Amino acid sequence: MPAKPDHLENRPTDDTVTFTLDGALRGARSCAPIAASGFAIGLVFGVLARQAGLGAAEAAMMSALVFAGAAQFVVLGLWAAPAPVATVVLATLIVNLRHLLMGAALAPHFKGLSRLKAYGSAFFMADENWALAMGEFGKGHRDAAFLIGGGVVMCASWTTSTLIGGSLGNAVSDPARWGLDFAFTAMFLALLCGMWRGRRDILPWIVAAAVAVAAEMWLPGQWYILLGGLAGSLAGVARRAA
Amino acid sequence: MLAILLMALATYATRAVGLWLASRLPMSGRVEAWLGYIPGAILISLVAPVVVSGGPAEALAALAVVAVALKTGNLLLSMLTGVGAVLILRSLIG
Repeated sequence: MPAKPDHLENRPTDDTVTFTLDGALRGARSCAPIAASGFAIGLVFGVLARQAGLGAAEAAMMSALVFAGAAQFVVLGLWAAPAPVATVVLATLIVNLRHLLMGAALAPHFKGLSRLKAYGSAFFMADENWALAMGEFGKGHRDAAFLIGGGVVMCASWTTSTLIGGSLGNAVSDPARWGLDFAFTAMFLALLCGMWRGRRDILPWIVAAAVAVAAEMWLPGQWYILLGGLAGSLAGVARRAA
Repeated sequence: MLAILLMALATYATRAVGLWLASRLPMSGRVEAWLGYIPGAILISLVAPVVVSGGPAEALAALAVVAVALKTGNLLLSMLTGVGAVLILRSLIG
């Protein structure tokens, strides 16, 4: 393997943040299974986008540039012949507000990275590779390229499958029939088990779960993720201060 | 086309702004503690509604995932267990 142009020392034990090809490849490998499940969802998105009046190429471009599954599905429900631009953009913004909190959580682990590396990585931040990266950082790994490595694999899978789904039309079956919709929940649950840091997590986790369940029942759309995350994390700090 | 480009811009803004704001916060103990509580809280929020308002199949499959994850610590195995369990349970109990 050629020497990497990395000016930072690569010592996993200290706090120095690194950004190496190895880290990116680790991220890519870790995200491969979830990217495979995402492929099935992308096929469905392509089919539905076609039915909503988008061309296959347009849908694939949306997947590549927006790369945010939840927002894209929501927008399909709003799509019309001349696209209602303001409505679509507002919906996208609201569904993606949780990214604010996720990006904030990345900040300590991106400390010292160049702007290009940090904000280039941010483009590829999705729920799944972010969650895997936070698990990785929580175990003491300091290679920030993990996030973008996973993100590139997921984005490639998401875009390709959207294109295929959009071209195939209706010949795609529902991923729920194969249990694939549950792959995301299962991965998040398994990651949670590794994130448990002891009793101090009890209160914030209960608060987050309660707020998320209530918000999912009574509020439209995706507010529950942002509200649960905000309430839970603030509960953690409040408990600490009390 | 314009709609897609603006969607991309709006999404990237949400991805970049949180990182940008937080990297400008003074890293006091309290701020760092708050950032440290975010991942668990977000993940709980993602799964809790699926497990609570899903059917018994989802709840039981979730238990299986947690058991395998705690026992083995293997992410891939846990995920496959979840997908397999939900597939079987849904066909048995809907």
